[in-house]
Amino acid sequence: MGLETEIPVLTTTVEKMVQWARRSSIWPVTFGLACCAIEMMAMSCSRYDIARFGAEVFRGSPRQSDLMIVAGRLSRKMAPALRRIYDQMPEPKWVISMGACASIGGVFDNYAIVQGVDQVVPVDVYVPGCPPRPESLIYGIIQLQRKIAQQHLA
Amino acid sequence: MDPATLIASLQQAAPGAEFESIPSVDLQATIYAPRDPFAAVARALRDAPGLQFDFLAELTAVDFWPREPRFEVVYILVSTTLRQRARVKVRLRGDDARVTTVSGVWPAANWLEREVWDLFGIVFEGHPDPRRLLMPEDWEGFPLRKDYPVQIKAAVRTSEPLQVTEQEFRANVEKDRLARR
Repeated sequence: MGLETEIPVLTTTVEKMVQWARRSSIWPVTFGLACCAIEMMAMSCSRYDIARFGAEVFRGSPRQSDLMIVAGRLSRKMAPALRRIYDQMPEPKWVISMGACASIGGVFDNYAIVQGVDQVVPVDVYVPGCPPRPESLIYGIIQLQRKIAQQHLA
Repeated sequence: MDPATLIASLQQAAPGAEFESIPSVDLQATIYAPRDPFAAVARALRDAPGLQFDFLAELTAVDFWPREPRFEVVYILVSTTLRQRARVKVRLRGDDARVTTVSGVWPAANWLEREVWDLFGIVFEGHPDPRRLLMPEDWEGFPLRKDYPVQIKAAVRTSEPLQVTEQEFRANVEKDRLARR
């Protein structure tokens, strides 16, 4: 962006403007599966305060959201429900796989748990930890913001 | 109550059945009950004057694979009036894993029997609603059997069939639209 000193006008490109708007107001869908969701709630509350990065509006409807944080282990019975919620989100949309269970199955190496949610939805950022601390998840969201800032429109 | 008195009262109430006492570490009366007149035994456990086990606290099963008889169905019973407890077990062979339902005697058995059917594949004959409880309805196999693999390399299902027909779906949408006017 170039700043003209004489007149109060900012010049930029449409692409940069859209990237800035998208990454500065990520609305996650309210969707917690297990104990990672507790850390996700802590992240959104006053102590860690994800509002500083513009992602504090957890929406109750997937139709108003653009980020899904898969917080916890995903059972095979739950997989169709997760996919349905993802399909209801409007484009553009992103997915964070939070914690060891969502990423690779974690300690639940058994028949009932999906060994990585990337078998069900496309994942943009993986956050390691069991569960990840709220700082880790904030770091994951910042990584996602960097990723969004590099996505070209066409 | 000790197992001998329990067996004596049961034999009085359900003649012809054979019982067997099992030693237990916690001094709670534990017996093996026969499978075949088990409906009569269950009714006797609930109604006989000295027993009156009116509360089914737990119903579960154990798989002792590869031993035969392989399964034991365990009924943990409480009498709220006489303040006594009992543990009743039924042994089942792997090739004939079926026992009569007790959901008519203790209604609490309904979901517990569905759970045991879901995870062990033990058939409860005469059950009013013999569907799976925990696993998806089209699941193959019974996960808590000892010969069931821990990890299965199967593709994850990401969609499920519609619970209603297309006509029902359209009718619901139309009804909803009319209700909003």
